[in-house]
Amino acid sequence: MKSSRTYLLLVVAFLVLSFGLAADLQPQFRELRWSRADGDVFAVLLGDSRKLFANEFYTKADAYYHSGFYPTIFDNNTAFKTAHMAEDTGAVHSNNHGEEESFMGPPIDWLEKFGRNFFPDRHTHLDEGGPADDLSGSDNVREILPWLKLSTDLDPQNVQNYTVTAYWLRQRMHKTDEAYQVLLEGLHANPGSCDILFELGRLYAESYHDTNRAENVWAAAARNWKPIKGDDDTAAANNFIYEKIATQLGEAERTADHRQSAIDWFEKAQSVSRTPAALQAQIDDLKRKLAGAAESAPPPGLKSQ
Amino acid sequence: MKNIIAVAGVVIKELYRRKDFYVLFIVTILICLVMASVNIFHDDKIVRYLKELCLLLVWISSLVIAVTTTARQIPAERENRTLLPLLAKPLTRTQLVLGKFLGCWVACGLTLLCFYLFFGLLAGTREHMWPVLNYFQAIMLHWFMLGIVVALTLLGSLVFAAPSSNSTICFVIIGGILLVGRHLDHVALTLPEPTRAISQAIYFAIPHLEFFDTRDLIVHNWPLIHWEFWGLAIVYALAYIGAFLTGACLVFRRKAVN
Repeated sequence: MKSSRTYLLLVVAFLVLSFGLAADLQPQFRELRWSRADGDVFAVLLGDSRKLFANEFYTKADAYYHSGFYPTIFDNNTAFKTAHMAEDTGAVHSNNHGEEESFMGPPIDWLEKFGRNFFPDRHTHLDEGGPADDLSGSDNVREILPWLKLSTDLDPQNVQNYTVTAYWLRQRMHKTDEAYQVLLEGLHANPGSCDILFELGRLYAESYHDTNRAENVWAAAARNWKPIKGDDDTAAANNFIYEKIATQLGEAERTADHRQSAIDWFEKAQSVSRTPAALQAQIDDLKRKLAGAAESAPPPGLKSQ
Repeated sequence: MKNIIAVAGVVIKELYRRKDFYVLFIVTILICLVMASVNIFHDDKIVRYLKELCLLLVWISSLVIAVTTTARQIPAERENRTLLPLLAKPLTRTQLVLGKFLGCWVACGLTLLCFYLFFGLLAGTREHMWPVLNYFQAIMLHWFMLGIVVALTLLGSLVFAAPSSNSTICFVIIGGILLVGRHLDHVALTLPEPTRAISQAIYFAIPHLEFFDTRDLIVHNWPLIHWEFWGLAIVYALAYIGAFLTGACLVFRRKAVN
């Protein structure tokens, strides 16, 4: 009969062998292209399906923005195609149409009419006070953040997660540094994203009041923008962000009294805009001022004399 | 009534001797505390995600306790051969069914009290507000909903052969009602006849358990439900409890005891 010491030594030997093999193989596996050992728990557990979950959590955040008053798959959701929490940031193209108040339609029987007393039945936004209609409670918009964070963790390539999170962090919760960090994380995961650069520029301009840096970031955003061919909504969303960037740059140039440069930016914005008439008025105004300045300035020959 | 209360007392004692409730309660507490410890942008006022998660766990736990406890009551008596001696005493079959129902329902109420106490403390410590009336409305609606579930499961335990099949069928029915019950009338409108008529008949016949699910109102701090509608919902629940219990008594009357 073998002594228990032999078994103990065998166990120790196997443990040493497994530890040694693990230490030797782990770095090799990590370098393999198909390796899942990159430390991302969601990627290991869910694979590419995590993007589906990410969309669900993004929608959940918008449902929280409405304090639970949100259409289900059985309701008419044409007024909720673009998340209102994103639309209200002013940096996202809206595809919404239809009546957002009455997506359920009128009740078709007494049972449905009775049942509507037991769930949220009014359209409200958290940043406008939510169900209490109390504007002093607009910082309750913080409640959407856990779902946006979860969505970001699941799908780091969805740039709207970063821009929406950063916007509400700085606008309603006055957490500018956290918003800045979120945008930097977004840029790390999506280098050169013009949506994130645009939001970063707004943060510099509106929160840090650093207009020079804001202009540089917007200029970088404009350089990184590329026209895309796709369905109408995708192309419109892509054009919309360029219009916003070019308009911001145009306004910055106008403030700095660089009229020609401002006109150039407004014309670029106009080239992709769905409402070019509003921009045309600004261009005409700038051209008038430019012509007026040229007339009032003395001719170059006279000046030298 | 004395006999009914005596039977109910035994059922309640059985619940606190079993481990189901303790396990579910501790799991709920642990999950909620872990989620509460998550740091979200250094903001400790964010609470609604936590309330939603806690209420979801409370609902799942309460449904599991209600269905599994009720489903095994009468089959267990039959299996242990204690049903016949029980009925040999001055206890009618109707009293036994009513006693079992009352015991399970009160036991569910006691567990709900513990769960909602924890929920109230969790939400209150973060939100610094105590909407007691809203919680009262929610817990009462939840309890009456469990009354319907208990009565339905009790009827099922007399119809189906085994507690496992009864539990599974009850969970499918309850899950189905909670998920699509509210929309069945709209879905019916898109269907051709006779499916449409059948769907509409089902819509009006089923107990609409979703009426009692006021989680969204609690999570997002909506105002109180109008008391008249709240009262009507309680009456609605009592009607279904009565219907299922009458059905259970009728089935049990004709059933062989051994």
